[in-house]
Amino acid sequence: MSASAAGNVEEVFRREAGRVLATLIRLLGDFDLAEEAQQDAFAAAIEQWPAQGMPDNPRAWLISAGRNKAIDRIRREVFFREKIFDRELAAAQCDVLAEIDESDEAIFGDDRLRLIFTCCHPALNAEAQIALTLREVCGLSTQAVARAFLVSEETMAQRLVRAKRKIRDAGIPYETPDPAVLDQRIDGVLAVVYGVFTEGYAATAGAQLIDVELCAEAIRLGRLLDTLLPGNTGVMGLLALMLLHDARRSSRVSDAGDVVLLDDQDRSQWDQAEISEGLTLVDKSLTARGQVSPYAVQAAIAALHVRAGDKQATDWPQIVGLYEVLLRLQPTPVIELNHAVAVSMVDGAARALDLVDSLAARGRVTQYHLLHAARGRFLQQLGRIEEAREAYGTALKTAALEPERRFLAARMAAI
Amino acid sequence: MNYLLLIYSNEAEFKALGETGLKKMSDEYTEFTKSIVQGGQFKAGDRLKPASTASTVRVRNGKTAITDGPFAETREQLGGYYLIEAKNLDEATAIAARIPGARIGSIEVRPIWPLTG
Repeated sequence: MSASAAGNVEEVFRREAGRVLATLIRLLGDFDLAEEAQQDAFAAAIEQWPAQGMPDNPRAWLISAGRNKAIDRIRREVFFREKIFDRELAAAQCDVLAEIDESDEAIFGDDRLRLIFTCCHPALNAEAQIALTLREVCGLSTQAVARAFLVSEETMAQRLVRAKRKIRDAGIPYETPDPAVLDQRIDGVLAVVYGVFTEGYAATAGAQLIDVELCAEAIRLGRLLDTLLPGNTGVMGLLALMLLHDARRSSRVSDAGDVVLLDDQDRSQWDQAEISEGLTLVDKSLTARGQVSPYAVQAAIAALHVRAGDKQATDWPQIVGLYEVLLRLQPTPVIELNHAVAVSMVDGAARALDLVDSLAARGRVTQYHLLHAARGRFLQQLGRIEEAREAYGTALKTAALEPERRFLAARMAAI
Repeated sequence: MNYLLLIYSNEAEFKALGETGLKKMSDEYTEFTKSIVQGGQFKAGDRLKPASTASTVRVRNGKTAITDGPFAETREQLGGYYLIEAKNLDEATAIAARIPGARIGSIEVRPIWPLTG
């Protein structure tokens, strides 16, 4: 095969892998069988396409090749272990042979949604949901997923096997949920996508602050969901939020790998295309009919930061207002803390310190390093230097990421 | 597929419902059971006597040991069960969510391993 033909085949595989797998899972009713069938189909394509030329509809070709390979496998299995699986296999075979119109774009879209909702099923634990989504929907290798979770490939392979076994044994359906529960289930899917993004944006431990690949995968998932579920306020809000964060990615860390605060970031480095796409989506999400999405409110806050030419021009009163909306939708300690930081820009450090101290007094977040970092900053602004130093010290003790630790140490030294 | 729905709740909290509360819950159970019988999902179901009546049996090295009490002392105790037939886990969890006890305790949903051969 010539280099360019090989390149074309790889291009097709990359583009079609997700769709082919999603449809094969539906046809075969089994994740493992579908993965094997997909690999068999790709192997057959590498063998046959160079000689016979690329088929007109490569996707349909791959699905039908995978389906036929799977039937061969099933037949072999049936031959060897006839009695035990008789009924199940007969049923699977029957589905496989059912005629479908493989050129129907809507069916492929439905299959991809089925796959996403199955991988993000609430009956799977949160880590398994993220791992399965990266493996099955994004098509990342088991090795790449293992790297993202900082575990060995073997551990990740076992985790994926367990999750797939649960799908099969517990009877988790390969279906898009009923309209009655769809909204609830979308929240779960969005949590997975955002989990992938935040995992990439601030890897939870270790020396590297940003894992670009995971951020890109999360945004790709967000775009896919936006295509499959057009007009959904949560999907648009989350995609906007990720784009507006991602646009500032390169300016968030210095060349030396250190944290750069928003105020000090080089705005010329921000990705303008992502920003304008993000801003459009925020507006669309907030003005669309349906429930206000907390992601959209967070995106609106990010939008105000991005829209301001510099830190003096930032509309802090409106940001405080948005955090108050967000607190009603999602009363979490992290949002309370961010609200306090915004309040410090409007009403000053004294009132912000009150808010943070009341949060700390409720005792839910004493191990959260950013709470102590914020306290340190407010105390410093109020001239309470000894207490500020102590707060930064506590923050340093609870921070896990190297760049953040260096940042806090520098803050402490600068007092 | 068949699923076993195990109904767990805190027996002390259950008692605290009082006579009228218990009567109301009992009526709701009757109503719920009727609905899954009519829906064709009901296969079996019973209420269990309190965990204090439980005995646990273990056989080790051919010797049978019987001890007083349930297998594990937990905050919530197994109080009853339904055996149902459902299309898939989503249908099973939707039925579990309709069990009156789900509002005060928890329902464990376990797929039944079909007998083969």
